[in-house]
Amino acid sequence: MRPFAYERAADVRSAVAACAAGMADGAGAVYLGGGTNLVDLMRLGVVSPGVLVDVTRLPFDGVEETAGGGLLIGAAMRNSDLAAHPLVRRRYPMLTQAVVAGASGQVRNMATVGGNLLQRTRCSYFQDVTKPCNKRAPGSGCPARNGDHRNLAVIGQSESCVATHPSDMAVPLAALGAIVHIEGPGGSRKVPMPGLHRLPGDTPERDTVLEPGDLITAVELPPLPFAVRSRYRKVRDRASFAFAVVSVAAALDVEDGMVRDCRIALGGVAHVPWRAERAESALRGSPATEAAFAQAADEELAQATPLPHNAFKVPLARNVVVRTLLDLVEAS
Amino acid sequence: MTTVAAPYSGTALDRVDGPEKVTGRARYAYEHAPDDLAYAVVVQSTIARGAVRVVDADSVLQLPGIIAAIWHENAPRVAPIEDAELTVLQSPRVAYRGQVVAVVVAETIESATEAARLLRVDYQVEPHDVELRADHPGMYRPDHVNPDYATDSELGDPEAALGFAPVVVDATYTTPAQHHNPIEPHATVAVWDADGLTLYDSTQSASAVRATIAPLFGLPPESVRVVSPYVGGGFGSKGAPHAQVVLAALAAKQVGRPVKLAATRRQMFAVTGYRTPTVQRVRLGADEEGRLSAVVHEAFEQTATVKEFAEQTTVVTRMMYAAPHRRTSHRLVRLDVPVPTWMRAPGETPGMFALESAMDELAVACGIDPVELRVRNEPTVDPERGLPFSSRNLVACLREGAARFGWAGRDPEPGVRRRGRQLIGTGVASSTYPVYRLPSQATARAEPGGGFTVKIAAADIGTGARTVLTQIAADALGVAPAQVRMEVGDSALPRASVAGGSSGTASWGTAVVRACEALTDVLHRRAGDVPPGGLEASVDTAEELRSQRPFSRHAYGAQFAEVGVDLDTGEVRVLRLLGAFAAGRIINPKTARSQFIGGMTMGLSMALFEESVMDVEFGDYLNRDLAQYHFAACADVRDVDAFWIEEEDPELNPMGSKGIGEIGIVGTAAAVANAVYHATGLRVRDLPIRLDRLIGGAV
Amino acid sequence: MNGEGNSGPVFADPITADLMLSVNGDEHPVTVDTRETLLDTLREHLDLIGAKKGCDHGQCGACTVLVDGRRVKSCLTLTVTVDDREITTVEGLAVDGALHPMQAAFVERDAFQCGYCTPGQLCSAVAMVREVADGWPSAVTADVSGPVALDDDEIRERMSGNLCRCGAYVNIVAAIRQVGA
Repeated sequence: MRPFAYERAADVRSAVAACAAGMADGAGAVYLGGGTNLVDLMRLGVVSPGVLVDVTRLPFDGVEETAGGGLLIGAAMRNSDLAAHPLVRRRYPMLTQAVVAGASGQVRNMATVGGNLLQRTRCSYFQDVTKPCNKRAPGSGCPARNGDHRNLAVIGQSESCVATHPSDMAVPLAALGAIVHIEGPGGSRKVPMPGLHRLPGDTPERDTVLEPGDLITAVELPPLPFAVRSRYRKVRDRASFAFAVVSVAAALDVEDGMVRDCRIALGGVAHVPWRAERAESALRGSPATEAAFAQAADEELAQATPLPHNAFKVPLARNVVVRTLLDLVEAS
Repeated sequence: MTTVAAPYSGTALDRVDGPEKVTGRARYAYEHAPDDLAYAVVVQSTIARGAVRVVDADSVLQLPGIIAAIWHENAPRVAPIEDAELTVLQSPRVAYRGQVVAVVVAETIESATEAARLLRVDYQVEPHDVELRADHPGMYRPDHVNPDYATDSELGDPEAALGFAPVVVDATYTTPAQHHNPIEPHATVAVWDADGLTLYDSTQSASAVRATIAPLFGLPPESVRVVSPYVGGGFGSKGAPHAQVVLAALAAKQVGRPVKLAATRRQMFAVTGYRTPTVQRVRLGADEEGRLSAVVHEAFEQTATVKEFAEQTTVVTRMMYAAPHRRTSHRLVRLDVPVPTWMRAPGETPGMFALESAMDELAVACGIDPVELRVRNEPTVDPERGLPFSSRNLVACLREGAARFGWAGRDPEPGVRRRGRQLIGTGVASSTYPVYRLPSQATARAEPGGGFTVKIAAADIGTGARTVLTQIAADALGVAPAQVRMEVGDSALPRASVAGGSSGTASWGTAVVRACEALTDVLHRRAGDVPPGGLEASVDTAEELRSQRPFSRHAYGAQFAEVGVDLDTGEVRVLRLLGAFAAGRIINPKTARSQFIGGMTMGLSMALFEESVMDVEFGDYLNRDLAQYHFAACADVRDVDAFWIEEEDPELNPMGSKGIGEIGIVGTAAAVANAVYHATGLRVRDLPIRLDRLIGGAV
Repeated sequence: MNGEGNSGPVFADPITADLMLSVNGDEHPVTVDTRETLLDTLREHLDLIGAKKGCDHGQCGACTVLVDGRRVKSCLTLTVTVDDREITTVEGLAVDGALHPMQAAFVERDAFQCGYCTPGQLCSAVAMVREVADGWPSAVTADVSGPVALDDDEIRERMSGNLCRCGAYVNIVAAIRQVGA
């Protein structure tokens, strides 16, 4: 790990200023949240910032109710506090389920909401600085395409990168269309999910639309009354403490056997938490039946372009979408 | 041989080192902190084959706090011993990716790690070959397989018998490379002084480390002391010294200060051994009633170019079931890969996955219950050696295990049981492990103030050795365990065999009993009088072991698994695992149960999770961390239990015990795979049984 | 975590900070390298060897300690970030020389073999029981909007961040059930 300066920000303005100053210095400055991914990446030599700006003491660690029944979640809130919050549990159960499906109790006590969104891929080539990786070292190549890609992307990947986004929490946030609040050197702005993350294209080094020095301050959950019946299903190789092979976040609004509205997003399949918009449009107004769910899933997955060793994710994702929707019908 | 009366053997004594371990006081290798300590971090090759041209040691020496950067051009020389895994930094050759090419020594961990990261190494690169295939042109027949078994065996005319057999199973099974991953990384603290070299080391044998390291540095054995009071798991990877021990000693010698060195978790995937991947073809010929006429088991495995390790994968098939015609063989290929080594029940573990899966396939083919099939093929004497069994209670394990598991009335039809969204199935497999006993020495001492000290350079790597040896000594001395203090884990103590081959209790226990008997004799002659300096008696069991009578000595077991396979996702969860074992006299039921279920838990991991993935392009194991190399987490281990059959065997040792550290992992993977077949109708012959092997099949 | 870049080898001097670290109720003045993790500070500078280094990547749980009563991975915690926190290690669980009930239960139930993951298991277990008492849901809680109870499934899921290679899980669950239920 390269030596770095440590600064603890007391407020947003000084955090953004400290980060900008660190960058101007040429040292490379980054924000430090829970550190569960950043410290690890520094140890691996994947990132080597010269300045760490600790933003965990910023006063963004709570949940506020917004007009219309939504919630505003502070970006410095720890994952375990988010998952345990009574309003989150009641209004957006799939969000609590996703957060507690991620990592371990210890990691969730450390990780922040903002940091969780900005996790880097766990692709083994990305994490190994002795090997090429276009995301880590642009232009060096992607050995995963012909190497080990069993747990990498099947939708929206590019020639230059087949990484997946590892976050569980981001999947229901994408389904909800959560709005990410950002403060940066250029002022404040809001980016709705899933637009925070970007597909790799030929610039896989950029995971998100954030600009250098941008700081996530909050995540706003829009009101969605039918999300009280929502569910996160995570498929993994080990029963716990493992990244998703495939996951689904879904909320379903059914009336008289017909789907009035729905939200569906997939994890473990793409460079971004994948909002299943095609499936959603196919389902709106259709009967809430297994056949309709399967057809909607198929429409979504028709875009899939799997590699030889991860083709199994396509039928897997289909099955999990169908089963999760059926579970929601049963529960309602 | 008669076994001794034993009021404390057989009782569930709590671990004598339990309080040390739960309070954090137990001091493991890396936690020894001599004065003036420096930190060493290794640098690994980033090519799989070739040579180091130059290491830019000078540039990192400019960094603050860097004491030395050592590579083959400036490293102290060691003696050219045969084990090339240990003659590190002596030549420019690179034989596998991840081989140590340099070591950096610094004042702090942080500085040493950073300098190791920045150290530039230039290579001359050669093409590498890292892929195991059964038809690899480099396949050869090793002289023997681990530790000293014949490479091949043949009896009768198996090819002809297979040709005549009405029922034939012919299947190929594969097991992947697996890494031990003890939670304590391999670590050594090396201290040179006027008396020689002291190593605080994480090892399964302080005596063996001393015997190996002393000649490497041209020292007499008594000038090397290896101290290893607590060891955070080994499973074979700490059975013999690996590069880190030598590197710590070299570095400490070079810088003239004590040096600490630990392999990082990622480094361990290249430098501390692993279990070879295997390709195994099993052919069984039988009549319609399932009686075997032929058994053929062929294994194809890899080894490294720097050192041969030949896993004895098919040796177990030589004694498991009766059949007049039989053949077993092993073929190896030398690849540009890290050095494989012993891993928990080497040979039996991969071998019994294949054999016991094939037996299940035979049961299906014959329409016979798999428990009954095994009973039907029970031999009366060791089928290839012709020796009588000292005791063999496989049938009792199968029968009693089946009764307790609720096997009776099992519908053999696959893929028909549902519970919610899970397909449910059950499976069985046999377990076995040989009884080994190795020469050891021990000293028993009566203390002047009362009480006894028993000394032996044994290793308690979590097996409970300290505790069971305390019980054994107490019984041999005729006192309570609280009267006995065991000293283990130090090469300055009487020389002891390795904590391996499930031989610890048998080997060390024999020495402890004989030492205590000898001391009792002396005390008796002195009418119990203990002089102010204490009184001691020492023994060596080498002679006693040479006079063992010829028997086929093995422990046996049967494992029963119930699995649930998710209909939508193919996720396999082990719902229940029950092991029935017959392993001689159980000395401590509490620690023994932990050993059995610990082995079974590792077997569960092997069945469902464990796989070191070779990166063919770059030549290393790719998934070098515990987020990618999965073994069972707490949530994966539900209802796992073990029990044992009372077994009296006078042909073993004074305790009447068989080893129990490894048998628990043998057969588990087959029991799980057989249960997955019963649940789904899909026969998975390639481990691990991940969901992608099931999705798109019956699921 | 935006704005980083792998800028190649940079030969820079270590940057240090003087802190007061509160561990098990004792104040320790320490000078730390900003790169130093809490795990290394405890083990290498304070001789508090209870917290173990098993993977150094947050993937095994052997380094688990409590920070302000919550379980965290000390291998991913930079020491400079916790100077204003109260740290508890396994050495701080026992009170006046008597084993904490969780420690006693681990011995009684033989909830360990090699003992290397044990301090992390213990810190994790003690904090986990409290999390359940506080009503935190887990991945196996059927209704996350309702109350939670400490059954075996909950214990297993919540303890899954602490790997044990010896395979003592069955006994670990039994020990925690004995203390926590």
